[in-house]
Amino acid sequence: MPSLAGLFFWMNRKIEDINKILVKKPLKLDCGKTINNFPLAYETYGKLNANKDNAILVFHALTGDQFVTGTNPITNKEGWWVTAVGPGKAIDTDKYFVICANVIGGCMGSLGPKDTNPENNQPYGLEFPVITIKDMVKAQESLLEHLGIKKLLCATGGSMGGMQLLQFCATFPDKTFSAIPIACSSSHSAQNIALNELARQAIMADPVWDNGKYVSKSVQPKNGLAVARMVGHISYLSEKGMQEKFGRKLQEKADYEFSFNADFQVESYLRHQGYAFVERFDANSILYITRAMDYFDLSKQFNGGLVEAFKNQNTKFLVISFSSDWLYTTKENKDIVIALNSSGADVSYSEIATDKGHDSFLLNEPEFLKTLKGFVDSMYEKFKNEKRI
Amino acid sequence: MKKEFKVIADLLPNNTRVLDVGCGDGSLMNFLKKEKNIEVRGLELNQDNVQQCIRKGLPVIQGNAETELHQFPDQSFDYVVLSQTLQAFYEPEEVLKNLLKIGKSVIVSIPNFGFWKVRIKLLFFGEMPVTKTLPNTWYNTPNLHMCTIKDLFKFCDEKNINIKKVVGVSEDKTSLIKKSNLEIKNLFSKLGIFLIG
Repeated sequence: MPSLAGLFFWMNRKIEDINKILVKKPLKLDCGKTINNFPLAYETYGKLNANKDNAILVFHALTGDQFVTGTNPITNKEGWWVTAVGPGKAIDTDKYFVICANVIGGCMGSLGPKDTNPENNQPYGLEFPVITIKDMVKAQESLLEHLGIKKLLCATGGSMGGMQLLQFCATFPDKTFSAIPIACSSSHSAQNIALNELARQAIMADPVWDNGKYVSKSVQPKNGLAVARMVGHISYLSEKGMQEKFGRKLQEKADYEFSFNADFQVESYLRHQGYAFVERFDANSILYITRAMDYFDLSKQFNGGLVEAFKNQNTKFLVISFSSDWLYTTKENKDIVIALNSSGADVSYSEIATDKGHDSFLLNEPEFLKTLKGFVDSMYEKFKNEKRI
Repeated sequence: MKKEFKVIADLLPNNTRVLDVGCGDGSLMNFLKKEKNIEVRGLELNQDNVQQCIRKGLPVIQGNAETELHQFPDQSFDYVVLSQTLQAFYEPEEVLKNLLKIGKSVIVSIPNFGFWKVRIKLLFFGEMPVTKTLPNTWYNTPNLHMCTIKDLFKFCDEKNINIKKVVGVSEDKTSLIKKSNLEIKNLFSKLGIFLIG
C-alpha cells in the first residue's frame, strides 16, 4: 500500500491533468476578500449541440466532485451520479451536454485550502478565505461564460447541490430554463448545522490536523476525517433502511468478540466508509464546505423573504424530496415549493416514497429516476419550441 | 374527451389561471392548456399520475387537497377545479372553504346521488347503488359524503356561497339547472357541475 504522502503526490499529479479554467475576473467573496486568477476544475459529458439548447449544469454535494458519471480518473471509481447521468440514463448524455464543476473550497482541482497561497508560498490551510454557497455559484457562472452558454436547458443538484441551485436561480434568474432542486433546503436547519459541527470537531480533535497546517507535512488527519465521514453516512440513511440493511448482523463472526473491534456489520460499514474517504478528500475542505452549507440562508439574503428570492422567476422548477430523508426533510423541501408558489413561479413537486433516506438521490430509485427523466425530456421539448419562436 | 371536461372548459374563459385539484394524469389540464391557452397547475396525490403530468410538461404538485391547499396564496387562481372528489374528503365543507379562498371562482362537479337509477336501486332493490359514475361497492368506495345536486344547492344557500351557474350532465346531453327545474334535473342528471364563488 502506498504511503499517504505518496498517494497525495500521485493524486496531485493526476489533478494537474484534469480540465480546468483559470478564472481571471476577480470574485468578491461574501467574507469581504477577493480572489482572482483562480483555477476552477470541471468535466463535461455529451456534446453541446449547434443551437446550444441542450446544456445541463449539475451542482455536486458536500463530498462530490466534477466527475458525475463514467469513471473518476482520480479515484478510479464510478462517478457519483452514475445512476442518473450517462448514455441512456435519466439525464441522457447521448442527448444532453452535462457540465459539472468542482466547487471552490473543494479539493478536486478548483481553488481550495490545500492549494498554495501566493502570498507566502505555503499551503493555505486556515488562511483560505471562508466561502459561501453564493461564492461557489458565482465562480461557476464564469465557467458557463467560458463555454459560451447563455441559457441552460436545466440545472440540477441534490443536497448541497440543490442549495447551490436555489442560489443560482436567485442570483442569476435568467440563466436556466428549468431547475430541479433535490433533497435540499433554502436554509440550513439547526440539526444540520449540529451534524456539520460534529464533523468539524472530529477533524479538529485529531492532533494531526494541527490547526489546518498538516498539508505542508503531506499528512492527513485521517482519524478525525474518518469520524467526520461516519457522521455523514449515518445521516444519509434512514432508521428503517439501516435496520433492514444491517440489523444486528455480525461481521464475519459467529458471536461477540468481547472487544472493541467491529463486531457488528454496521460498525464495519462505517469504518470502511470513513477510512476509504480519507484517501480522496482533504480534511480542511470538509471544514470549509460544511461552513458554507451552514451559512446558507436564502431568506436572510432577501431580507427574510424566501418569496422575494424567487421573484420574477421564469425558470420552471421541479422540487423532489424523499419520504425517509431526515437530513433534508419533505417539510423543508415543501417550504421551497410554497415560496415558489407564492412568488407565482412555475413549480412541480414530487415526494418519492422510499426507505433509503437522504442517499436516495444517488441510488437506483426507479420512481425518482422516471420523474427526473420525464421532466428533463419535457423541458427540452419546451425549450426548443421557445427558442424557435 | 369526457363530456364533463368539455362542460368545464366551456365555463372557463381563455387565458386565465386555473388550479386543477386532483388533476389525475393531467388530461383536463392538457385540454385546457391547448384549447384555451389557460395557465394550468395541478394538485395530485398519486405518484403515477404525478409522473405522467410531469412527463407531459404539466406543472403538478404532489399532495393531498384535504391538508395541503394552504400552500397556495389567497386568490392566486382565477378558477379552481375539483372534479368528482368532493364526496371523498373527510371534511368536504373545509375543503370547499379553502378552494374558495385560493380561487376567485370554483368549479365543483359531483356524481349525483339523486339520479333516477341510483334511487331505483335503493328504493326497489334495497341495495347500495353501483352505476357507471359510482362504480364501487359499499365496502370499497372512496366516497364518504355522497350528495345530490339538490343537496349541494341547499348547502351553498345555507353557507352563503354564491351559485353562478349549474350544469347537469346526463349521457350526451347537458342542461342548465336552476331553482325552477331543480327537482326534475336532480332526477335525470348523472353529474352536477357547479360554478360558485
